[in-house]
Amino acid sequence: MMPKSPRIWQLAERRYGLLGSKCTVCGKTYIGPRNVCPVCNSEKIETIQLPPRGTIYSYTVVHTLPAEKDNYGPYIMAIVELEDGTKLTAEIVDCDSEDVKIGMRVELAFRVIGQESEHGIIYYGYKFRPIISRT
Amino acid sequence: MVTFKDKKTAIVGYGSYIPRYRIKIENIARVWGESLDMLRGLKVQEISVKGPDEDQITIAVEAARNALKRAPEVSPKDIGAIYSGSESKPYAVKPTSTIVAAAIGAPMSVRLADYEFACKGGTEAIISCIAQARSGMIKYGLAIAADCSQSLPGDVLEYTASAGGSAFIIGHDLGDPIAYFEGQYSIGTDTPDFWRRDLSKYPRHGGRFTGEPAYFRHIIAAATGLMKELNMTPEDFDYIVPHQPNGSFPVEVAKRLGFSDSKVLPGLLSPIVGNFYSGSSPTGLCKVLDQAKPGQRILLVSFGSGSGSDAFSIVVAEGIERKRDLAPKVEDFINRKKYVDYSLYARFWGKIVL
Repeated sequence: MMPKSPRIWQLAERRYGLLGSKCTVCGKTYIGPRNVCPVCNSEKIETIQLPPRGTIYSYTVVHTLPAEKDNYGPYIMAIVELEDGTKLTAEIVDCDSEDVKIGMRVELAFRVIGQESEHGIIYYGYKFRPIISRT
Repeated sequence: MVTFKDKKTAIVGYGSYIPRYRIKIENIARVWGESLDMLRGLKVQEISVKGPDEDQITIAVEAARNALKRAPEVSPKDIGAIYSGSESKPYAVKPTSTIVAAAIGAPMSVRLADYEFACKGGTEAIISCIAQARSGMIKYGLAIAADCSQSLPGDVLEYTASAGGSAFIIGHDLGDPIAYFEGQYSIGTDTPDFWRRDLSKYPRHGGRFTGEPAYFRHIIAAATGLMKELNMTPEDFDYIVPHQPNGSFPVEVAKRLGFSDSKVLPGLLSPIVGNFYSGSSPTGLCKVLDQAKPGQRILLVSFGSGSGSDAFSIVVAEGIERKRDLAPKVEDFINRKKYVDYSLYARFWGKIVL
């Protein structure tokens, strides 16, 4: 099997730092890189830092696990609406499936996304968790 | 021994992270048929458990990001070195510090390395940052102390080994100091009390041998050596934070050194979250910083099996009042918890091999 190292390396900046793209013409924001704005077709795109907090816009609980998540689930996948309105898909961690709710406030977490194999590259990136309450 | 008379080398940001999951030690004892009476001497009630998608690297990144929150004057681009101390790196070859650097947005011109010295790799990372900041080699250094502490199923270590860690941003005559370093003293000997052989999954240890000739001898020698060089006594310190392999050793070593319980209990974590190995005494330091007042003096003494101890005299500065609330406190992580049973604990840790 071809090692995933090049692809993991290419995705790292986006996955680690929650970097997004913003169309400087219409203002639409996205997770990850874009060459063309799908809303206004502009090619005037800038890289932006997306905010680390948001709310759960929608979610589902995954019980039938993909092969690479053997022994992991069930787990929660959600569409998270960040504080600037950007929507992205992410796993929700540190939350039980009976407690997750639409509208729940969440924050960025840094977690293992997967690994090639027991001997392969481990890849890391963003997930979201309920905001840690502070004293 | 080094004294820093200029009081200018300082922690300008600190942060911690402890996973959400906990297991009570009676749940572990039930699985192995161990008597709770036999375990009472450990003085540990429950330990933190890493989540299924957490490891030493994710804990290091979370702690580093919290340290940066408490150092708003520091851009990640100003960090010239990142050193990570741990004995549970997910990779045998590929530094944790490389991933931390990318995750926090450090520049490409950064010095990166990982330290291993059992439970004192983290304080070695702190010493390197102090030295490089003082020499002018770097503007700021990031020292990380984190572990997902391994333990052989059924071994007594399983009742204490847990997951968590802390990170510190260190600079010299820069930024808004939270606490400055006053002196540092280290001890090192060839004492085989605890080890993990190459390719072994779990550490082994010498049982009671880990106590007197290892933990107590080294911590006492480092602490007394530092106090002697600084011409200080326990009366000069408001807190002592020794390494915390369980709940009883730190209190006992503080007592032998002449410190009252009231000076060791504020930084004691092990009874309620266990032993973070490299992250143990550094996270105890963070717990003290979360509550200390400017001018108070802290004696931090790590212990790493093999064996060695690093002692530091640290004085809290005015910046603590401005920065303390900028990131979650250790207590916030302690209070955030969900209990799991041994089955889930074993699954999260990968201790179930099919």
